Amino acid sequence: MGPLVVNEIISENSNLLLAFFIGIGFGFVLEQGGFSSSRKLAGVFYGYDTVVLKVFFTGAITAMLGLLFFSLFGWVDLSLVYVNETYLWSSIVGGIIMGAGFIMGGYCPGTSFCGAAIGKIDAYIFIIGLFIGVFIFGEGFDLLEPLFMAEFMGSPRISEFFGLAEGVTVLIVIVAAVAMFWIGEWAEKKFPREKY
Amino acid sequence: MNTVKDPKYMNPYLAGVLLGLVVLAANFVSGRGLGASGAIKSAIVAGVETIAPKHAEASSFYNNFSKAHDGKPMHSWLVYQMLGVIVGGFLSGVFSHRLTWKVEHNPKIQSRTRLIFALGGGILFGLGSQLGRGCTSGSALSGMAVLSLGGFISMAAIFGTAFMLAYFFRKLWI
Repeated sequence: MGPLVVNEIISENSNLLLAFFIGIGFGFVLEQGGFSSSRKLAGVFYGYDTVVLKVFFTGAITAMLGLLFFSLFGWVDLSLVYVNETYLWSSIVGGIIMGAGFIMGGYCPGTSFCGAAIGKIDAYIFIIGLFIGVFIFGEGFDLLEPLFMAEFMGSPRISEFFGLAEGVTVLIVIVAAVAMFWIGEWAEKKFPREKY
Repeated sequence: MNTVKDPKYMNPYLAGVLLGLVVLAANFVSGRGLGASGAIKSAIVAGVETIAPKHAEASSFYNNFSKAHDGKPMHSWLVYQMLGVIVGGFLSGVFSHRLTWKVEHNPKIQSRTRLIFALGGGILFGLGSQLGRGCTSGSALSGMAVLSLGGFISMAAIFGTAFMLAYFFRKLWI
């Protein structure tokens, strides 16, 4: 049955329309969770507000489990679902640059649009920065291409990489997430901040 | 700042479950996850093609992306999804009475400082998202949902770096 567009159950144009509605859900949930606030987002790095940790990892394990169950029920063919490619070095270096951007800017790209949607001026400035950053990458692409393409590993799932069953892998991630939630709850009590 | 009343955000675990269901819906409908930085890439490619077509033609970065989208870089899944994000975020703001123009910052710093670092952070995040083939949404969250090794590496590198640098930027936030 799923993915609907890959199996041609819906047309390409319906797919784009549904992308818009999925985006509405995405933006609504991010804003309701408090991801429109840079001070709330940055809180995870100082322990005073770990909402990022809780929402992000609950989201990831819900989606993982959901896909696993959908596959089990025959509702979605996982072999037709896109698995992000792994280019080891660009993934690590890109992640490091993004991490630095996160702690300086207090937003990531998705959340900055959420912040902008409710009037955060710092979010608009962050978005201007995003455009400049993408443009710099585009202009410097020839220089960065060797790093961008280095150490291509295909599209492995971590379950395949470690030789584990998918269910076991998801269980390990869930246990790790619950342990982090526990640490997060502890940190919020240990590093309290007044209302902001 | 201290007079702002409690903004009443959703319970984070409930928000997380709903976020997971949105990721699940994207995979079920379109066979792909969510994203954000990809839409900015679309806009940049479209912009450079319009303003400097010869330059865009000569660069494999602009050219490859445009060809992959039948010469219409803005006609992409992520662009429509990001338009939805803006609408969804706005509706949530209306719903919870959070629509206000403001520069949100730690009262201990000036808003100008906040804006300078927001610009710098945005530039780095934009650059890093292209190198890393996706940001927190596209690579980390959606990648992890399909158990992609690259997704887990992105997540660890983004959050690990931010944690390691947190001490040096603490004056911005605490």
